[in-house]
Amino acid sequence: MKYIDEFRNPQLATRLVAQIRREATRPVRLMEFCGGHTHAIFRFGLRQLLAGKVVLSSGPGCPVCVTAAADLDHAIALAGVPGVLLTTFGDMLRVPGSRGTLQDARAQGADVRLVYSPLDALKIARQHPQREVVFLGVGFETTAPGIAATLVQAQQESLTNFSVLSLHKLTPPAMRAILDAGEVALDGIIGPGHVSVITGSQAWQFLPRDYAIPCAVAGFEPLDLLSAISALVQASVTQTPTVTNSYGRSVRPAGNLVAQQLLERVFDVVPATWRGFGEIPASGLQLRAAFAAHDAALRFPLALTPVAEPPGCRCGEILRGVIQPPACGLFGRGCTPRHPIGPCMVSAEGACAAYFKYGIGVELKT
Amino acid sequence: MCLAIPTQIKSISKNHNAVVELGGVQREISLIMTPEAKVGDYVLIHTGYAINLMSDEEAQASLDAFAEIALIQGESIAAF
Repeated sequence: MKYIDEFRNPQLATRLVAQIRREATRPVRLMEFCGGHTHAIFRFGLRQLLAGKVVLSSGPGCPVCVTAAADLDHAIALAGVPGVLLTTFGDMLRVPGSRGTLQDARAQGADVRLVYSPLDALKIARQHPQREVVFLGVGFETTAPGIAATLVQAQQESLTNFSVLSLHKLTPPAMRAILDAGEVALDGIIGPGHVSVITGSQAWQFLPRDYAIPCAVAGFEPLDLLSAISALVQASVTQTPTVTNSYGRSVRPAGNLVAQQLLERVFDVVPATWRGFGEIPASGLQLRAAFAAHDAALRFPLALTPVAEPPGCRCGEILRGVIQPPACGLFGRGCTPRHPIGPCMVSAEGACAAYFKYGIGVELKT
Repeated sequence: MCLAIPTQIKSISKNHNAVVELGGVQREISLIMTPEAKVGDYVLIHTGYAINLMSDEEAQASLDAFAEIALIQGESIAAF
C-alpha cells in the first residue's frame, strides 16, 4: 500500500538500526506515548534490534486504558436506562468497570451496538427517532474532532435523540503529569503520530522548553519509528533537545486547523480523571453549553460513586511507565486477553495486550 | 483507537462526502476536515473522517533522507 510499504524497507531499516547503535554511546531511555507505537515496536521487533542501546517504555497513550473505572460504570449505567440505545467503538465493549463490562450489560438485555464511526451512531438516531441514542465518546485529539463534527451535524439536523457521553482526553497534559511526577527517568519521548496530525508537532514544544527533553513525532512503520528513535538518540547524546517531525507525510507543524476549530467550537477543556493518574488539570473535553442538549451526562444524570481498581491490577503504574507489564503479578496468570482483569490487557493498544501478544515476559509466568 | 489508514479518494459527492476503498470494501467517509482534498488524493482515514491530506513531497523527502543515511554508511541501496 502506498505510504506504508516503502516505509518497511528492511535494508534501510538495517542501516538505521546500525546508525542508532553506533550513535547511542550510552543507553538512551525513551517513552513511546502511544499504544499504537508499542504494538508496532513489538510487531517489527525493534526492542530486540536496539537492545542494550535504547530502552523503550510504554506510556499512557491508550484511550480505553486511561478511562477511569467510574466513567466506565457511568457508561454501563447509561446502557441500562430504559429507552437508551448505547453506541460505542468495539474496543470499549470488554473493558471491565467495577461491576462488569458493556458486553455483560448487553448479555443482560441492554441495547449496546458497535459502530465504526460516530456518523454510524447518527444514522441509528435518524432511524430510531423513538429511542435515545447515546454515543460513548472515548479517544484523544485524533478522535474527538470527528465526534465534534458529528455533534455539529446532529445540532444542524435537530436530532434531539442523539447525545454523547464525552470521556475525551488531551495528551500533552498527561505527558506533563508523568514528567512532573518524576517517577520515570526519560531521555526522550516518541510523540504520538495521529494525535499530532490534529495538534501539529508544535504541540510538543513544551517538552524541550520546560523539561529539556527531546520529542520526535513518529508514524507507525519501522522506518518512521527508527528515524524518530535516531533523532532522539542524537538529541539526547548531544544534549540539544528539540521537537523533530519524523512523520512529515502526515503531520504538519501546526496540525489540522479545521479539526482544531471543531474542537474549539464544541468542547470546553476541563479537568479529567485518568486511570492510574487521578485528576489531571485541563486534560478533558466536555460539551459546551451550546451543545448541552446533546450532552448525555446532563440528559441522564446518574449518581456516580468512585470505585476502586480491580485488586492486584497494576494498569495505573504501567500507564505511567513506572513498571512494564511482566512485573504485574496478574500478567499472564489471572489476566490474559481472553480473561482480562484490567483495561491494559483488553485494548488493542494496551501495553499488557502487546506484551502478551508478542510473548514478552509470558514464558516467566506459565 | 488512533489507528488511521492512508486511503485514496475514488469519488466525491455533495456535503463533503467521499467514497474510498478500505480493505476491499467501498465506504463513504467525510472530508469535512480536509476540504482541499481532490479525487485521487490520499487521505488518512480515522473513524469515518479524513483527518489530513498525505504529502507525497514529504514522503519522498523522508525516503531520500533514509537513502542518504544508507549511502553515508558506504552502501547504496537501489530499493526505489
